Amino acid sequence: MITRVEVGFRREVPDGPGDRIRKRIAEEMSLSLKEVRVLSTYLISIDLSPTDFEQMVREAFYDPVVQDIAIDAPLRDDADFVVEVGFKPGVTDNVGKTARQVIQDYLGRPLREDEGVYTATTYLLYGDLGRNESEQLARRVLGNPLIHRFLILRGEELPRHREALRRLPVVRLGATGDVMKFDLNQPPETLIQLSKERVLALSLREMQAIRDELRRPEVLEARRRHGLDHRVTDVELEAIAQTWSEHCKHKIFNATIRYQEAGEEEVIHSLFKTYIRGTTEKVRAEKGDREICVSVFTDNAGVIRFDDAHNLVFKVETHNSPSALDPYGGALTGIVGVNRDPFGTGLGARLIANTDVFCFADPRYNKPIPEGILHPKKIYEGVREGVEHGGNKSGIPTVNGAVVFEERFLGRPLVFCGTCGIMPTEINGRPSHKKWIDPGDRIVMVGGRIGADGIHGATFSSEELSESSPVTAVQIGDPITQKKMFDFLLKARDRGLYNAITDNGAGGLSSSVGEMAQLSGGAEMALERAPLKYPGLRPWEILVSEAQERMTVAVPPEKLDAFLALSEKMGVESTDLGQFTDSGVFHVTFEGKTVCYLDMDFFHNGLPPMELEARWDPPHIEVSDKPEDGDLREILLNLMATLNVCSKESIIRQYDHEVQGGSVIKPLMGEKNDGPSDAAVLRPLLGSLEGVVLANGICPKYSDYDTYWMAACAADEAVRNAICVGCDPDHMAALDNFCWCDPIASETNPDGAYKLAQLVRANKALYDLLPVYGVPLISGKDSMKNDVVVQGKKISIPPTLLVSVIGVIPDARKAVSMDFKRPGDLIYILGTTSQELGGSEYYEFYGCKGGEVPRVHAEAARNRYRKLFSTISAGLVRSCHDCSDGGLAVALVEKALAGGFGAEIDCGKIPSKGCEEWDEVLFSESQSRLIVTVAPGEADAFERIFADETLARIGTVRGDREIVFWEDQGGKRLFRLTCDEAKRAWQAPLNF
Amino acid sequence: MKHVRAIVITGNGTNCEREMAYGCRLGGADVVDIVHISDLLEGEATLADYDFLNLPGGFLDGDDMGAARAAANRFRYRKIRGTNRTLLDEIYRFIEEDKLVFGVCNGFQLLVKMGLLPGTGKREAPEQVVTLTHNDSGRFEDRWVTLKINEASPCVFTKGMREAYLPVRHGEGKFFPASEEVLKEIREKGLDVMVYCDPETGEATSRYPLNPNGSVGAIAALCDETGRVFGMMPHPEAYLHRTNHPRWTREAFPEEGEGVQFFRNAVEYLKTR
Repeated sequence: MITRVEVGFRREVPDGPGDRIRKRIAEEMSLSLKEVRVLSTYLISIDLSPTDFEQMVREAFYDPVVQDIAIDAPLRDDADFVVEVGFKPGVTDNVGKTARQVIQDYLGRPLREDEGVYTATTYLLYGDLGRNESEQLARRVLGNPLIHRFLILRGEELPRHREALRRLPVVRLGATGDVMKFDLNQPPETLIQLSKERVLALSLREMQAIRDELRRPEVLEARRRHGLDHRVTDVELEAIAQTWSEHCKHKIFNATIRYQEAGEEEVIHSLFKTYIRGTTEKVRAEKGDREICVSVFTDNAGVIRFDDAHNLVFKVETHNSPSALDPYGGALTGIVGVNRDPFGTGLGARLIANTDVFCFADPRYNKPIPEGILHPKKIYEGVREGVEHGGNKSGIPTVNGAVVFEERFLGRPLVFCGTCGIMPTEINGRPSHKKWIDPGDRIVMVGGRIGADGIHGATFSSEELSESSPVTAVQIGDPITQKKMFDFLLKARDRGLYNAITDNGAGGLSSSVGEMAQLSGGAEMALERAPLKYPGLRPWEILVSEAQERMTVAVPPEKLDAFLALSEKMGVESTDLGQFTDSGVFHVTFEGKTVCYLDMDFFHNGLPPMELEARWDPPHIEVSDKPEDGDLREILLNLMATLNVCSKESIIRQYDHEVQGGSVIKPLMGEKNDGPSDAAVLRPLLGSLEGVVLANGICPKYSDYDTYWMAACAADEAVRNAICVGCDPDHMAALDNFCWCDPIASETNPDGAYKLAQLVRANKALYDLLPVYGVPLISGKDSMKNDVVVQGKKISIPPTLLVSVIGVIPDARKAVSMDFKRPGDLIYILGTTSQELGGSEYYEFYGCKGGEVPRVHAEAARNRYRKLFSTISAGLVRSCHDCSDGGLAVALVEKALAGGFGAEIDCGKIPSKGCEEWDEVLFSESQSRLIVTVAPGEADAFERIFADETLARIGTVRGDREIVFWEDQGGKRLFRLTCDEAKRAWQAPLNF
Repeated sequence: MKHVRAIVITGNGTNCEREMAYGCRLGGADVVDIVHISDLLEGEATLADYDFLNLPGGFLDGDDMGAARAAANRFRYRKIRGTNRTLLDEIYRFIEEDKLVFGVCNGFQLLVKMGLLPGTGKREAPEQVVTLTHNDSGRFEDRWVTLKINEASPCVFTKGMREAYLPVRHGEGKFFPASEEVLKEIREKGLDVMVYCDPETGEATSRYPLNPNGSVGAIAALCDETGRVFGMMPHPEAYLHRTNHPRWTREAFPEEGEGVQFFRNAVEYLKTR
């Protein structure tokens, strides 16, 4: 029997969450409701007498002080409309999972297979609205049709829908253990067709490579011994498709590229090897024994030295396309997913910080939204909340981030999630960054169960969809299941209960076990042992499912019992799936039958390399006139309020940025704790003063001009942000995350060769710049197909590179924040301002195109950064802030509004080159510039260090809140404004 | 002087255990153990070996059915292996032995939902008479608040303290009493250990964001009548060092953060009792 339980606030208690929804409905739908009330609804199917049931839910399911509870009756029947948002079958129901746990604790017994708990959220809407509006707001504000089912009723209709209100989203699948086999001795069209139908994304050459492998006599013979033949099984085909996917093999980054520029041709054998790894090799060779890299490019995340006894682990990933479909689930899965990368590096790292960067379209977008695309505000709110739940509930501080706005992120938002971890250099006498596996070690899967989650959804959609088909394309992460797993695994790690660990991400078991098997030379795994969320999955689905919150570990057989016992005690599911071998074969069975038998070398290295064309034709940008006779003050206030410049406080406050107790430079600092910090500093070891620095650089706005300078600017921005807070330039490493539009030329993608050239140029920039800075790349990621076709029109994102820097500050007490500190302090600018307004916030705001994009002068910047570090270390610097979006004037005003002190600025003193007007000086976005304040008594010492550098004293901090810009000292006043009006403009846009 | 042994319970979504343990150490505890709740439920560790129980912040069971609700049920109903006793039974014994219980944020929510705070109900039927529920803003927030400490409170953790500046980091921190009478009793007995206050006037405030969640009476912390069971929404363990203060780069502060004093008071009480 199914019993329905509703829980909600008592009438007289204000409903905070309901009121927040009411406000969102008002904002996003221009629909003003009197009230919204939110109920938690539980559908419970359990074998319990009505009296016992009632006692249980009354004692365990609600808060008697502020809530009411109703069993099998509506809690309230006076709403004008009721919208119930439940999950579709197979979607992760975290609250349901917790409720199940509560029942088990209460009853002291596990639930039987036929018993279960499902939850829904029920919104009671009060006000003047009809069914149409209720339906619209259900989809736009309350839920997402992709993962939710909606029930929309008038208040008075409730009693008539007993059945519908008790319908459980149970998954029913009818599949058996059967395996399909395909003969690949077929003409090209048939092979292409097969790849398409099964959504394998394998090219003809790749399909043919598989065919040729299975034809080899010795392979065929071995297959026959295991009951297979020349035909490839669906399990093998799917496993290869995963392992050879762009995601896993980075085919474009490893392709052979013929790059043409100005009539010259250059052949690049792998962008990754040439430029990314090349950068690191150059840096490591130059640094010699001062180098900081411990493990690069070989594991799930990069590893660098921290102190004598600890290493830092860092990884940033993207989760773009899932976040476009379901922003909340996509972003949540993105953050808990990237957590598993540092956790799955070496023997496993404890996680200490998250950093997130989002690229969105304007949340105030008011043109019609094309079909199939979610409104940017919905994406903004969903992503924000997903990362909030993923980060906060995992107990990892979100220490820093950025939000970039651009219209072309409309169909495809970018969601970069990064996680940093720390591990002892040695664990039980073993170097912690190394994994090894002995033949005979057990393959143990830990954590969540396997469902149809994340199995390339399209294969399912080709089947007939019924009400009980599981949702596959979108997943919802479960931070608590993962946290419990991490708590357990850290204990198991410290007790030496496993030899190697990796995460189950893309490709599921096929990738995790497949990759780990390279360490021993093979694996043998029995798929029927894998724990499932519901019965009826096919063997290949079990193998490639991307169900979340799972790690795979290699456990020595003699430690298996101890491992499993600890796991059970700590409430974590672990399953022995088989063993690692040295047979040279990736061998998978199902109920005793071989379903996959692949040569390890072929499985990992049999992929034919890709060959691509790239051609760089400098873009022709229609140059438009710059704004005429703009009022500088008005321009400045407008720039303070652009989405890219304005305060992100409403987002930042909703992220826990100080859990773990080591926060030093928080994202918001200053007089009123609200100024925008350049980078984060935290102390991961509470007994030590050594700090970790995290910073980001991203500027897709320059991509249309030249991705070379876009990439150089992103790298410089990340490095200089870290430098601003006091990071040691000799102890710094970077990560690259490329999000591109399809760079492979084809009929539907005619400008592929140009986009690939853009990619080549971005790589060249990193290779040219980072070795000068002495900053190695230690890990990275690429996401290459960020295009969407809407109503026949393709929207491609601007090519985007996120550079994330991790570094060390030897004494966190020397860290510097960006706000003006004391009246009378001297204001300096470091670096030259050039006429570089192409792509700037200023031009963008006034709709101007053309001009030069900023260039980076690496050697000058490096010298400046090193000297700045020495002055910060010597305690000579009171505040430091970089010039980025909006240029010098914006940076100065940010320092003033954060510090609560105004300033006198003598613009005539600003070192500039080629600027003809004040607007150019004030709003140019020339790179590598920093604004520093110094106490008058320290001025000589400070200036002496910068004697040979471009440095100018451009003003002083005032005792009041006036910011005054002068043409030259004692001369004409250009304009003035107050800290308060600047702050008001800066805080207004995203204050929701 | 007695040896002080502190236990910090973790597991099921708790996440402030390390800094809580560090606070205990700075406060002077001689032994500080972070213990997973499964060790207690399986009988491999016992509260009897300790005299300072710490329930740190986090998201127990994801706060999925209301903050700490599912965990409170676990403490109340799940039997310790091989016994007929629950963890709540163990905590009652702990309190009777003149020991100390400290809950922060999620740990405070847990104490409230188990009926241990303000502890005016009966032990036989621990009754929840107040709650900590969704913030008026409907959102999780991380921000620093000024707290006024009730010097007339029996709370041993805040002895000699008058004001504190600490961060709150919660979505469900709004204090709400079941009735006017409950609120009156809390005030009469001085169980309202701390209130959110306006730093300019030094008085309790209902003004957002100074009162970050809309707590009734601006109440941010509670103790029981013994003063030995104490829970607070703000995080003392987040301010153990000068560099934790959001304005440490512009104002002068002592090297030790204000949060340490809560732990030191607790340890000193236990050493001298």
